[in-house]
Amino acid sequence: MSRQADAQLSGSQRISRALLTLISPRGAVFLLLIVLLLAITALNPSFAEPGQFIRFIQRVAPIAIVAIGQYFVIVAGEFDLSMGSLVTAQVVIAGNLIGQDDSRSIPVLIGMLVFGALVGLVNGLVTSLLRVPSFIVTLGMMLALLGGVLYWTGGAATGNPADGFREIGRGGIRNVPVLDIIPWAVLVLAAVLAAAIWFTKTPFGRSIIAVGDNETTARFAGIRVWWVKTSTFILSSLSATIAGVLLVGYAGVHPKVGQGYEFIAITAVVLGGVVLGGGRGWVVAAAAGAFALEALFTLLNFAGVASTWRDGIQGVIIIAAVAYSAAVFRGRRKSPSVTSPISGKEPEPFAEPAHSAPQSRPNEGNHSTQKEVQ
Amino acid sequence: MQRKKMLVFAAMVSAAALVGLAGCTTDPAVTPPSDAATTPAESQGPEASSNEWFDAALYQKQYDERGVTPEGPADQPYLQHINAEMIDTAAYKADGAKKACFANASISNPWRQTGWITMNQQLKVLQDSGAISSMETRDAQDSDDTQIADIDYFINEGDCDIFLISPNSTAAMTPAVERACATDKPVVVFDRGVQTDCPVTFIHPIGGFAWGIDTAEYLIDNLKAGDKVVALRILPGVDVLEQRWAAADKLFQEAGIDATDYFTGADPAEIKKIISDELAKGDVQGVWMDAGDGAVAAIEAFEDAGKPYPVMTGEDEMSFLRKWKDTGLTGLAPVYSNFQWRTPLLAAQKIFAGEQIPKEWVLPQSPITVDELDDYLARNSGMPDGHYAKFGGENLPGYPEVWEKRMIP
Repeated sequence: MSRQADAQLSGSQRISRALLTLISPRGAVFLLLIVLLLAITALNPSFAEPGQFIRFIQRVAPIAIVAIGQYFVIVAGEFDLSMGSLVTAQVVIAGNLIGQDDSRSIPVLIGMLVFGALVGLVNGLVTSLLRVPSFIVTLGMMLALLGGVLYWTGGAATGNPADGFREIGRGGIRNVPVLDIIPWAVLVLAAVLAAAIWFTKTPFGRSIIAVGDNETTARFAGIRVWWVKTSTFILSSLSATIAGVLLVGYAGVHPKVGQGYEFIAITAVVLGGVVLGGGRGWVVAAAAGAFALEALFTLLNFAGVASTWRDGIQGVIIIAAVAYSAAVFRGRRKSPSVTSPISGKEPEPFAEPAHSAPQSRPNEGNHSTQKEVQ
Repeated sequence: MQRKKMLVFAAMVSAAALVGLAGCTTDPAVTPPSDAATTPAESQGPEASSNEWFDAALYQKQYDERGVTPEGPADQPYLQHINAEMIDTAAYKADGAKKACFANASISNPWRQTGWITMNQQLKVLQDSGAISSMETRDAQDSDDTQIADIDYFINEGDCDIFLISPNSTAAMTPAVERACATDKPVVVFDRGVQTDCPVTFIHPIGGFAWGIDTAEYLIDNLKAGDKVVALRILPGVDVLEQRWAAADKLFQEAGIDATDYFTGADPAEIKKIISDELAKGDVQGVWMDAGDGAVAAIEAFEDAGKPYPVMTGEDEMSFLRKWKDTGLTGLAPVYSNFQWRTPLLAAQKIFAGEQIPKEWVLPQSPITVDELDDYLARNSGMPDGHYAKFGGENLPGYPEVWEKRMIP
């Protein structure tokens, strides 16, 4: 949506807009990321060395990819809670089916992608056709997958797969000048991000946002809502599969790998200014949210925060960041004419008046009255 | 608008205050219990360590037990005992095959899985010899509530002749164990303890402090004052794990080792990140683990960063032993004797035979050193990575296939 507005702006407007964007909710995540990276560098200057920094990107790659997948689901107005346990399941599948036999890598990889797509298809169809809330569907899928993993492994680690397969997550192009190594994971992340940006710009990608914004309108506009939603679940499951492939290389096989990823991904997406409930958000900001979160964890490691305090401090910072984002959102909405009837779904903060005219939302009107009075 | 900002600010302040308060609260449920049947009234050590889990008397007891030559058959460590006070079980003497009821905390980690496999093979031997007719098992899946229900089920409907209990947690399981004792049938507790001495016997290896002493002394001997050690801990609040760290932390402080501890949840991705960050901060000379799960990820982090291997203590899990051998690092594999899973059923046999058994059955617990490494690797060459070298089941039926294929019943 913002892209259209971009095209109508002159050069100087663009620069001032870029600066304003940094403190806007959509840009807040980039500001947060910059602050965190500077803080890490201040504590530990070697972090900014290219060789170290590329390692940082390698480490964030799986969670960023999961966040990108979660972005599509959330922007379409749903949740995918099954991503973390799908990552775990894929890690265990890779470990058990590939074993020490390199020649099985490709068939198993294809099998994992098919399995991932199937999980997404089930999530999507149950959500869109049977009209079960995705929160429940994917929660059930999360438990089912975890149960499957538990049954298969008894909850304990099994052996790692062949080193050749693990190379994807662990290795990279070596002896590169300056960087020393370009991890494959970084290239995979770049490819996934590029594909995601491209996809959001296709008509189909735009229809995802339209569905998340207002399902009824989208349906009247001729969008096949069930298929759009289902496809977002397939995308998220495929991204979880890719993250699983990277993690099996980075970390190895363990039933704990991937645990909690769905919540990290949702937090990352929300930090990236994507609105829960759908209809608004930028995929790059979601990925940046993942980077900001990992930077925060790293900062706590570097700052030597006592292990017992770590989770608490993480939680407070995340609440503060999201609250800041929400507060700035409201701050932008000064004129009463720029209100939106749906709580949390504000129009573009810097859009032209034409874009921010009140939209009619036939099915959800009652919340608006109180919100407008400020 | 102004009011809104105030509200947001107030919300953030209260969130921060909440965390601050949470840090100060002393939840009675998480106060460290002094260990079980042995030292019920013992309080914490006066001066030695700031760690609230540190128990000076228990520390000293375990420190001494490490040096005691255990009594019992030399080739059957699972029947040996240290400083035992023998008790008479003639009251329970009975003929015929008996039914055992086993309330298990979980099989959710490779150590418990290996022990569980061994226990089932031991059961077959005792069934063949006619001592035990059957064993009914309930797996509490790491839940206190489930295990309490499991024990009560056994008491009321299990038709049990003996209760075998591997408690999920110390304090929460005590009342249920007391109810089992009240049936006047024999109760055998093993691994983690309970805060009552009503069971006939409590079977466990020397303990967490001994682990901490062995590992910390090894690192201190191989490092110098001021060296950096990263301590990787699975999770807080579990007494057997907390005691390992309490002992190690005390010794590190005394020796001037700069040790930083992290909770990893045994997640190898987390372990790798932690080590990578510590390596980015500065050199790390040692790695201490409160359990070997995930040791390989820690070693790989050094490889990926291109740093020299640390002096490291893991566990007798095959994945660590193999990586230790491959890398040739300076290491020690502390052992939390997995063969203890054989002892409860053997104790049951002795109880029904009216033989004397130790009231507190302290099994030997000695680390695997580099000199023994090749021997243990060779003996367990076909075993999977999650197998524990000192599983003690070499003379049981099904060896080695059952463990090699990891056939979990």
